[in-house]
Amino acid sequence: MIRPILLAALLALPVAAQAADARRDAVIADYAAQARKADPAFAGFSAQRGETLFRAKWTGGDARTPSCTTCHTDNPKAAGQNAKTGRTIEPVAVSVNPKRFVDMAEVEKQFGRDCKNVIGRDCTVVEKGDYVTFMAGQ
Amino acid sequence: MRRLIPLAALLLAASPALAGDDWVPPVKDPLVLKECGSCHMAFQPAFLPARSWNRMMDELSRHFGEDASLPADKAQAIRAYLTANAGDVVTKGRARKYMQWVAPGGTPQRITENPDFERKHRFPDKVWQDPKVVTRSNCPACHRGADQGWYEDD
Repeated sequence: MIRPILLAALLALPVAAQAADARRDAVIADYAAQARKADPAFAGFSAQRGETLFRAKWTGGDARTPSCTTCHTDNPKAAGQNAKTGRTIEPVAVSVNPKRFVDMAEVEKQFGRDCKNVIGRDCTVVEKGDYVTFMAGQ
Repeated sequence: MRRLIPLAALLLAASPALAGDDWVPPVKDPLVLKECGSCHMAFQPAFLPARSWNRMMDELSRHFGEDASLPADKAQAIRAYLTANAGDVVTKGRARKYMQWVAPGGTPQRITENPDFERKHRFPDKVWQDPKVVTRSNCPACHRGADQGWYEDD
């Protein structure tokens, strides 16, 4: 009786290991440290707030990109399309694209561009941490 | 004699310019492919002269309405590659025709404004309005071999 459970656990292991990535944990930990520094009462990132941010419609940025979903579609697991260039965008959801959010310099570069285009300002540290947390669970 | 035939085939495959002039040397540098190819296709440097690429790299913070700034070391390496492989340097394939239209000293930024591009892209509006096209600079929407420098499939 024990064996099937063990086998199932073994089978599940590589899948979990694929999505989890110490480099992504480090990115989130870095944002968390910044958030605590800015606000000692910081209580952690929220996937739910990240999803709200992802789906929100904004008016302050480029009129062609009023939301994250403009290019990434409503489904983070789906491929998207750059609204200005037509270029295909790989999915943002970590479960289908484990290369996401593993390099802080890359993550910062992309937020730097996209936040200005979509929201019309830089994202806050909490917004960035929430977004990565949401996508890590998708 | 048997050995010569595969060799000839190999030579032909290795020199696509011989097969037609709707070809430019593809981008091979991994950094250029990654950084210039994340928001749009990494356009082949042969479509613009070196001075255009220098201006492009000088103005990255206002890159067609985007702030596409990069760390200085990466920007320098990309600039070196683009200028070394620019149309007025390599003069291979389609580059020769594109360069004929560039004014002496001119620094055009949009490949799609070259008269040689325009001459080959006179399509009805409905072609340009196809949702997969989005913009005239989205070469791979129609040219399947665009990433490899092939633009013959018109």
